[in-house]
Amino acid sequence: MNRRVVGLGAACALLLAPQVAEAHLVVTGMGPLYDGITHFALSPEDSLPVIALAFYAGLQGPLHTRTLLGVLPAAWIAGGLLIAATGIAPQPVLAPAATAMLLLGVGILLASNFGLPSWACALVALALGVLRGGADAVGVAMSGSTAIDLLGMAASVFTLFALAASVTLPLKRFWMIVAARVSGSWLAAVGLLLAGWVIRYGARVQ
Amino acid sequence: MRPSPLRRTIGAPVVLVALCALLPAAADAHIVEGEAVGFVSGVMHPLSGWDHIIAMVAVGIWGAQLGRPAIWALPVTFPLIMAVGGFLGLIGLKLPGGEIAIALSGVCLGTAVVLEARPPLWGAAFPVGLFGLFHGYAHGAELPPGENALLYSLGFVLATGLLHATGVAIGLVHRWRWGRMALRAVGVGILGGGLVFLFGAVA
Repeated sequence: MNRRVVGLGAACALLLAPQVAEAHLVVTGMGPLYDGITHFALSPEDSLPVIALAFYAGLQGPLHTRTLLGVLPAAWIAGGLLIAATGIAPQPVLAPAATAMLLLGVGILLASNFGLPSWACALVALALGVLRGGADAVGVAMSGSTAIDLLGMAASVFTLFALAASVTLPLKRFWMIVAARVSGSWLAAVGLLLAGWVIRYGARVQ
Repeated sequence: MRPSPLRRTIGAPVVLVALCALLPAAADAHIVEGEAVGFVSGVMHPLSGWDHIIAMVAVGIWGAQLGRPAIWALPVTFPLIMAVGGFLGLIGLKLPGGEIAIALSGVCLGTAVVLEARPPLWGAAFPVGLFGLFHGYAHGAELPPGENALLYSLGFVLATGLLHATGVAIGLVHRWRWGRMALRAVGVGILGGGLVFLFGAVA
Protein backbone atom coordinates (compact mmCIF):
# COMPACT_ATOMS: atom_id res chain seq x y z
CA MET A 1 0.00 0.00 0.00
CA ASN A 2 1.17 3.60 -0.71
CA ARG A 3 3.11 4.91 2.31
CA ARG A 4 1.48 8.29 2.01
CA VAL A 5 -1.94 6.71 2.24
CA VAL A 6 -0.84 4.72 5.27
CA GLY A 7 0.66 7.78 6.89
CA LEU A 8 -2.42 9.86 6.24
CA GLY A 9 -4.60 7.08 7.60
CA ALA A 10 -2.48 7.01 10.75
CA ALA A 11 -2.80 10.78 11.04
CA CYS A 12 -6.57 10.48 10.77
CA ALA A 13 -6.59 7.78 13.43
CA LEU A 14 -4.64 10.07 15.74
CA LEU A 15 -7.04 12.90 15.06
CA LEU A 16 -9.91 10.69 16.12
CA ALA A 17 -8.19 9.75 19.37
CA PRO A 18 -10.28 11.15 22.23
CA GLN A 19 -8.28 14.07 23.52
CA VAL A 20 -8.73 17.73 24.26
CA ALA A 21 -10.31 19.48 21.33
CA GLU A 22 -12.40 22.40 20.22
CA ALA A 23 -12.47 25.65 22.09
CA HIS A 24 -10.52 24.37 25.04
CA LEU A 25 -7.02 25.68 25.47
CA VAL A 26 -4.32 23.15 24.70
CA VAL A 27 -1.22 23.60 26.83
CA THR A 28 1.79 21.54 25.85
CA GLY A 29 4.23 23.33 28.10
CA MET A 30 6.43 24.12 25.11
CA GLY A 31 5.08 27.57 24.32
CA PRO A 32 2.22 29.03 22.32
CA LEU A 33 3.58 28.00 18.91
CA TYR A 34 3.45 24.33 19.82
CA ASP A 35 0.16 24.86 21.63
CA GLY A 36 -1.25 26.15 18.36
CA ILE A 37 0.19 23.20 16.42
CA THR A 38 -1.30 20.75 18.89
CA HIS A 39 -4.62 22.55 19.07
CA PHE A 40 -5.09 22.09 15.34
CA ALA A 41 -3.81 18.52 15.34
CA LEU A 42 -6.29 17.51 18.04
CA SER A 43 -9.32 19.28 16.57
CA PRO A 44 -11.19 17.20 14.00
CA GLU A 45 -13.52 20.12 13.29
CA ASP A 46 -10.43 21.93 11.97
CA SER A 47 -8.59 19.10 10.29
CA LEU A 48 -11.45 17.27 8.56
CA PRO A 49 -12.49 20.13 6.27
CA VAL A 50 -8.83 20.87 5.55
CA ILE A 51 -8.22 17.25 4.52
CA ALA A 52 -11.36 17.25 2.35
CA LEU A 53 -10.39 20.50 0.66
CA ALA A 54 -6.86 19.22 0.12
CA PHE A 55 -8.15 16.02 -1.47
CA TYR A 56 -10.34 18.11 -3.75
CA ALA A 57 -7.51 20.49 -4.67
CA GLY A 58 -5.27 17.52 -5.43
CA LEU A 59 -7.89 16.07 -7.78
CA GLN A 60 -8.14 19.42 -9.57
CA GLY A 61 -4.42 19.69 -10.21
CA PRO A 62 -1.21 21.49 -9.23
CA LEU A 63 -2.50 25.02 -9.87
CA HIS A 64 -5.40 24.63 -7.47
CA THR A 65 -3.19 22.94 -4.90
CA ARG A 66 -0.55 25.66 -4.98
CA THR A 67 -3.15 28.40 -4.79
CA LEU A 68 -4.94 26.94 -1.80
CA LEU A 69 -1.67 26.07 -0.06
CA GLY A 70 -1.01 29.78 0.17
CA VAL A 71 -4.54 31.05 0.73
CA LEU A 72 -5.73 28.65 3.43
CA PRO A 73 -3.09 29.23 6.15
CA ALA A 74 -3.13 32.97 5.49
CA ALA A 75 -6.92 33.06 5.80
CA TRP A 76 -6.67 31.05 9.02
CA ILE A 77 -4.38 33.65 10.55
CA ALA A 78 -6.47 36.51 9.20
CA GLY A 79 -9.68 35.09 10.63
CA GLY A 80 -8.08 34.53 14.01
CA LEU A 81 -6.51 37.98 14.15
CA LEU A 82 -9.81 39.55 13.15
CA ILE A 83 -11.56 37.98 16.12
CA ALA A 84 -8.66 38.75 18.45
CA ALA A 85 -8.38 42.38 17.35
CA THR A 86 -12.08 43.19 17.42
CA GLY A 87 -12.82 41.26 20.58
CA ILE A 88 -15.98 39.87 19.02
CA ALA A 89 -17.45 37.00 21.00
CA PRO A 90 -19.54 34.98 18.54
CA GLN A 91 -22.52 33.02 19.77
CA PRO A 92 -21.37 29.55 20.93
CA VAL A 93 -23.71 27.85 18.48
CA LEU A 94 -22.01 29.48 15.48
CA ALA A 95 -18.84 27.39 15.66
CA PRO A 96 -20.50 23.96 15.31
CA ALA A 97 -22.96 25.39 12.79
CA ALA A 98 -20.09 26.70 10.68
CA THR A 99 -18.31 23.35 10.99
CA ALA A 100 -21.42 21.56 9.77
CA MET A 101 -21.80 23.86 6.77
CA LEU A 102 -18.11 23.61 5.91
CA LEU A 103 -18.12 19.82 6.06
CA LEU A 104 -21.29 19.66 3.99
CA GLY A 105 -20.04 22.11 1.38
CA VAL A 106 -16.50 20.83 1.03
CA GLY A 107 -17.71 17.23 1.20
CA ILE A 108 -20.13 17.81 -1.68
CA LEU A 109 -17.39 19.54 -3.64
CA LEU A 110 -15.08 16.56 -3.20
CA ALA A 111 -17.79 13.99 -3.86
CA SER A 112 -18.92 15.67 -7.07
CA ASN A 113 -15.36 16.56 -8.12
CA PHE A 114 -16.95 19.63 -9.67
CA GLY A 115 -14.35 21.61 -11.58
CA LEU A 116 -14.25 25.00 -9.93
CA PRO A 117 -11.74 27.51 -11.30
CA SER A 118 -8.78 28.17 -9.02
CA TRP A 119 -10.04 31.59 -7.94
CA ALA A 120 -13.34 30.07 -6.82
CA CYS A 121 -11.46 27.40 -4.89
CA ALA A 122 -9.47 30.17 -3.28
CA LEU A 123 -12.72 31.75 -2.11
CA VAL A 124 -13.78 28.46 -0.56
CA ALA A 125 -10.41 28.22 1.19
CA LEU A 126 -10.76 31.81 2.34
CA ALA A 127 -14.16 31.08 3.88
CA LEU A 128 -12.87 27.92 5.55
CA GLY A 129 -9.75 29.62 6.90
CA VAL A 130 -11.51 32.71 8.21
CA LEU A 131 -14.33 30.76 9.89
CA ARG A 132 -12.14 28.14 11.53
CA GLY A 133 -9.37 30.59 12.36
CA GLY A 134 -11.90 32.82 14.05
CA ALA A 135 -13.36 29.92 16.02
CA ASP A 136 -9.88 28.82 17.11
CA ALA A 137 -8.99 32.34 18.18
CA VAL A 138 -11.94 32.31 20.57
CA GLY A 139 -10.61 29.10 22.04
CA VAL A 140 -7.04 30.28 22.55
CA ALA A 141 -7.91 33.81 23.65
CA MET A 142 -7.11 32.96 27.26
CA SER A 143 -3.54 32.03 26.37
CA GLY A 144 -2.51 35.66 25.97
CA SER A 145 -0.48 34.97 22.82
CA THR A 146 -3.12 34.48 20.20
CA ALA A 147 -0.92 35.51 17.29
CA ILE A 148 1.74 32.92 18.04
CA ASP A 149 -0.93 30.26 18.59
CA LEU A 150 -2.41 31.14 15.22
CA LEU A 151 1.01 30.88 13.63
CA GLY A 152 1.35 27.37 15.00
CA MET A 153 -2.11 26.48 13.72
CA ALA A 154 -1.33 27.93 10.29
CA ALA A 155 1.83 25.84 10.17
CA SER A 156 -0.23 22.73 10.94
CA VAL A 157 -2.79 23.72 8.31
CA PHE A 158 -0.07 24.17 5.72
CA THR A 159 1.55 20.85 6.54
CA LEU A 160 -1.64 18.81 6.68
CA PHE A 161 -2.96 20.39 3.48
CA ALA A 162 0.28 19.65 1.65
CA LEU A 163 0.34 16.05 2.86
CA ALA A 164 -3.31 15.40 2.04
CA ALA A 165 -3.12 17.03 -1.39
CA SER A 166 -0.05 14.94 -2.18
CA VAL A 167 -2.24 11.84 -1.76
CA THR A 168 -4.75 12.75 -4.46
CA LEU A 169 -2.57 14.87 -6.76
CA PRO A 170 -0.86 11.92 -8.46
CA LEU A 171 -3.92 9.68 -8.55
CA LYS A 172 -4.56 8.11 -11.92
CA ARG A 173 -6.35 4.88 -11.10
CA PHE A 174 -10.10 5.07 -11.36
CA TRP A 175 -10.89 3.26 -8.14
CA MET A 176 -8.54 5.47 -6.11
CA ILE A 177 -10.19 8.62 -7.42
CA VAL A 178 -13.55 7.05 -6.62
CA ALA A 179 -12.36 6.28 -3.08
CA ALA A 180 -11.38 9.93 -2.60
CA ARG A 181 -14.77 11.07 -3.86
CA VAL A 182 -16.61 8.55 -1.68
CA SER A 183 -14.79 9.98 1.34
CA GLY A 184 -16.19 13.37 0.34
CA SER A 185 -19.72 12.03 0.31
CA TRP A 186 -19.24 10.58 3.77
CA LEU A 187 -17.91 13.89 5.08
CA ALA A 188 -20.93 15.63 3.60
CA ALA A 189 -23.11 13.11 5.45
CA VAL A 190 -21.25 13.94 8.68
CA GLY A 191 -21.86 17.64 8.08
CA LEU A 192 -25.56 17.04 7.53
CA LEU A 193 -25.88 15.02 10.75
CA LEU A 194 -23.96 17.68 12.64
CA ALA A 195 -26.30 20.34 11.24
CA GLY A 196 -29.27 18.39 12.54
CA TRP A 197 -27.61 18.08 15.89
CA VAL A 198 -26.97 21.84 16.06
CA ILE A 199 -30.61 22.55 15.21
CA ARG A 200 -31.80 20.15 17.88
CA TYR A 201 -29.42 20.94 20.70
CA GLY A 202 -28.18 24.41 19.77
CA ALA A 203 -25.28 25.74 21.79
CA ARG A 204 -25.12 22.55 23.85
CA VAL A 205 -23.46 20.77 20.91
CA GLN A 206 -19.83 20.00 21.81
CA MET B 1 18.30 10.95 -6.45
CA ARG B 2 18.01 8.26 -3.82
CA PRO B 3 15.63 9.19 -0.99
CA SER B 4 17.15 9.52 2.45
CA PRO B 5 16.94 6.49 4.75
CA LEU B 6 14.44 8.30 6.98
CA ARG B 7 12.14 9.03 4.07
CA ARG B 8 12.54 5.54 2.72
CA THR B 9 11.70 3.82 5.94
CA ILE B 10 8.93 5.74 7.61
CA GLY B 11 8.01 8.68 5.46
CA ALA B 12 7.20 12.27 6.37
CA PRO B 13 3.52 11.79 7.26
CA VAL B 14 4.32 9.09 9.78
CA VAL B 15 7.09 11.22 11.30
CA LEU B 16 4.64 14.07 11.72
CA VAL B 17 2.12 11.81 13.38
CA ALA B 18 4.77 10.39 15.72
CA LEU B 19 5.84 13.90 16.75
CA CYS B 20 2.28 14.74 17.61
CA ALA B 21 1.94 11.54 19.59
CA LEU B 22 5.10 12.20 21.56
CA LEU B 23 4.06 15.69 22.61
CA PRO B 24 3.31 15.95 26.33
CA ALA B 25 -0.28 15.22 27.11
CA ALA B 26 -2.27 18.44 27.02
CA ALA B 27 -2.98 19.94 30.41
CA ASP B 28 -6.62 20.76 30.59
CA ALA B 29 -8.52 22.67 33.22
CA HIS B 30 -11.80 21.33 31.92
CA ILE B 31 -12.91 17.76 31.89
CA VAL B 32 -14.46 17.33 28.47
CA GLU B 33 -16.91 14.57 28.89
CA GLY B 34 -18.31 12.53 26.09
CA GLU B 35 -15.50 12.72 23.51
CA ALA B 36 -14.30 9.13 23.71
CA VAL B 37 -17.87 8.03 24.15
CA GLY B 38 -18.86 10.13 21.12
CA PHE B 39 -16.82 8.40 18.42
CA VAL B 40 -17.15 4.88 19.83
CA SER B 41 -20.86 5.38 20.39
CA GLY B 42 -21.20 6.61 16.84
CA VAL B 43 -19.43 3.55 15.50
CA MET B 44 -21.55 1.22 17.60
CA HIS B 45 -24.89 2.79 16.70
CA PRO B 46 -25.28 1.34 13.18
CA LEU B 47 -24.19 -1.97 14.65
CA SER B 48 -26.91 -1.81 17.27
CA GLY B 49 -29.42 -3.84 15.32
CA TRP B 50 -29.24 -6.71 12.88
CA ASP B 51 -31.99 -5.12 10.81
CA HIS B 52 -29.61 -2.26 10.07
CA ILE B 53 -26.55 -4.45 9.57
CA ILE B 54 -28.10 -6.83 7.04
CA ALA B 55 -29.48 -3.96 4.97
CA MET B 56 -26.17 -2.11 4.80
CA VAL B 57 -24.21 -5.23 3.93
CA ALA B 58 -26.84 -6.10 1.32
CA VAL B 59 -26.32 -2.71 -0.34
CA GLY B 60 -22.63 -3.49 -0.73
CA ILE B 61 -23.27 -7.00 -2.05
CA TRP B 62 -25.85 -5.83 -4.56
CA GLY B 63 -23.54 -3.05 -5.71
CA ALA B 64 -20.78 -5.60 -6.28
CA GLN B 65 -23.18 -7.79 -8.27
CA LEU B 66 -24.18 -4.84 -10.44
CA GLY B 67 -20.60 -3.73 -11.03
CA ARG B 68 -19.58 -0.25 -12.12
CA PRO B 69 -20.81 2.34 -11.38
CA ALA B 70 -23.28 0.87 -8.87
CA ILE B 71 -20.43 -0.70 -6.88
CA TRP B 72 -19.50 2.76 -5.61
CA ALA B 73 -22.68 4.71 -6.37
CA LEU B 74 -24.85 2.67 -4.00
CA PRO B 75 -22.44 2.95 -1.02
CA VAL B 76 -22.42 6.69 -1.67
CA THR B 77 -26.20 7.00 -2.00
CA PHE B 78 -27.11 5.10 1.16
CA PRO B 79 -24.98 7.06 3.70
CA LEU B 80 -25.79 10.39 2.12
CA ILE B 81 -29.56 9.84 2.09
CA MET B 82 -29.26 8.17 5.47
CA ALA B 83 -27.76 11.41 6.75
CA VAL B 84 -30.75 13.26 5.31
CA GLY B 85 -33.00 10.90 7.24
CA GLY B 86 -30.88 11.38 10.34
CA PHE B 87 -31.19 15.12 9.91
CA LEU B 88 -34.97 14.84 9.66
CA GLY B 89 -35.05 12.66 12.77
CA LEU B 90 -32.87 15.09 14.69
CA ILE B 91 -34.99 18.13 13.86
CA GLY B 92 -38.08 16.27 15.02
CA LEU B 93 -39.86 15.66 11.74
CA LYS B 94 -42.26 12.72 11.86
CA LEU B 95 -41.77 9.93 9.33
CA PRO B 96 -44.33 7.16 9.79
CA GLY B 97 -43.75 3.49 9.15
CA GLY B 98 -40.05 3.55 9.94
CA GLU B 99 -39.77 0.08 11.45
CA ILE B 100 -41.75 -1.50 8.62
CA ALA B 101 -39.64 0.29 6.02
CA ILE B 102 -36.44 -0.86 7.71
CA ALA B 103 -37.68 -4.46 7.77
CA LEU B 104 -38.77 -4.16 4.13
CA SER B 105 -35.26 -3.00 3.22
CA GLY B 106 -33.94 -6.40 4.30
CA VAL B 107 -36.66 -8.16 2.32
CA CYS B 108 -36.22 -6.11 -0.86
CA LEU B 109 -32.43 -5.95 -0.87
CA GLY B 110 -32.21 -9.64 -0.01
CA THR B 111 -34.52 -10.40 -2.91
CA ALA B 112 -32.43 -8.26 -5.22
CA VAL B 113 -29.31 -10.18 -4.22
CA VAL B 114 -31.00 -13.58 -4.65
CA LEU B 115 -32.38 -12.71 -8.08
CA GLU B 116 -29.26 -10.77 -9.11
CA ALA B 117 -31.64 -8.04 -10.16
CA ARG B 118 -30.15 -5.71 -12.75
CA PRO B 119 -32.22 -2.55 -12.97
CA PRO B 120 -30.75 0.64 -14.45
CA LEU B 121 -28.62 2.65 -12.03
CA TRP B 122 -31.44 4.95 -11.01
CA GLY B 123 -33.63 1.89 -10.46
CA ALA B 124 -31.13 0.59 -7.93
CA ALA B 125 -30.24 3.92 -6.36
CA PHE B 126 -33.86 4.93 -5.74
CA PRO B 127 -34.87 2.07 -3.42
CA VAL B 128 -31.44 2.15 -1.76
CA GLY B 129 -31.87 5.85 -1.09
CA LEU B 130 -35.41 5.39 0.12
CA PHE B 131 -34.39 2.69 2.57
CA GLY B 132 -31.41 4.79 3.63
CA LEU B 133 -33.79 7.61 4.47
CA PHE B 134 -35.74 5.45 6.90
CA HIS B 135 -32.63 3.88 8.42
CA GLY B 136 -31.19 7.33 8.99
CA TYR B 137 -34.43 8.64 10.40
CA ALA B 138 -34.56 5.79 12.93
CA HIS B 139 -31.02 6.57 14.05
CA GLY B 140 -31.52 10.32 14.12
CA ALA B 141 -34.69 10.19 16.15
CA GLU B 142 -33.00 8.21 18.91
CA LEU B 143 -29.63 9.96 19.02
CA PRO B 144 -28.76 10.74 22.63
CA PRO B 145 -27.68 14.16 23.90
CA GLY B 146 -24.39 14.64 25.68
CA GLU B 147 -22.28 13.15 22.91
CA ASN B 148 -19.55 14.90 21.00
CA ALA B 149 -21.67 15.54 17.94
CA LEU B 150 -18.90 15.67 15.33
CA LEU B 151 -17.06 12.56 16.51
CA TYR B 152 -20.35 10.70 16.96
CA SER B 153 -21.49 11.59 13.43
CA LEU B 154 -18.09 10.63 12.05
CA GLY B 155 -18.14 7.25 13.79
CA PHE B 156 -21.69 6.70 12.65
CA VAL B 157 -20.99 7.39 8.98
CA LEU B 158 -17.69 5.50 9.02
CA ALA B 159 -19.32 2.41 10.49
CA THR B 160 -22.05 2.57 7.85
CA GLY B 161 -19.50 2.95 5.09
CA LEU B 162 -17.43 0.07 6.41
CA LEU B 163 -20.50 -2.17 6.47
CA HIS B 164 -21.05 -1.31 2.82
CA ALA B 165 -17.39 -2.02 2.12
CA THR B 166 -17.79 -5.39 3.85
CA GLY B 167 -20.72 -6.14 1.59
CA VAL B 168 -18.73 -5.11 -1.48
CA ALA B 169 -15.82 -7.30 -0.39
CA ILE B 170 -18.17 -10.25 0.07
CA GLY B 171 -19.81 -9.48 -3.26
CA LEU B 172 -16.52 -9.61 -5.14
CA VAL B 173 -16.80 -13.42 -5.20
CA HIS B 174 -19.42 -12.78 -7.84
CA ARG B 175 -16.79 -13.27 -10.50
CA TRP B 176 -16.81 -17.02 -9.86
CA ARG B 177 -19.67 -19.43 -10.41
CA TRP B 178 -19.47 -20.80 -6.89
CA GLY B 179 -19.37 -17.21 -5.68
CA ARG B 180 -22.61 -16.36 -7.43
CA MET B 181 -24.30 -19.33 -5.77
CA ALA B 182 -22.84 -18.36 -2.39
CA LEU B 183 -24.11 -14.82 -2.78
CA ARG B 184 -27.58 -16.10 -3.54
CA ALA B 185 -27.44 -18.13 -0.35
CA VAL B 186 -26.40 -15.01 1.54
CA GLY B 187 -29.28 -13.18 -0.13
CA VAL B 188 -31.68 -15.83 1.10
CA GLY B 189 -30.35 -15.28 4.60
CA ILE B 190 -30.84 -11.51 4.29
CA LEU B 191 -34.31 -12.02 2.90
CA GLY B 192 -35.17 -14.39 5.74
CA GLY B 193 -33.89 -11.93 8.31
CA GLY B 194 -35.93 -9.16 6.71
CA LEU B 195 -39.06 -11.30 6.88
CA VAL B 196 -38.47 -12.00 10.56
CA PHE B 197 -38.11 -8.29 11.29
CA LEU B 198 -41.14 -7.50 9.12
CA PHE B 199 -43.22 -9.98 11.06
CA GLY B 200 -42.05 -8.40 14.29
CA ALA B 201 -42.83 -4.91 13.01
CA VAL B 202 -46.39 -5.64 11.88
CA ALA B 203 -47.33 -8.13 14.59
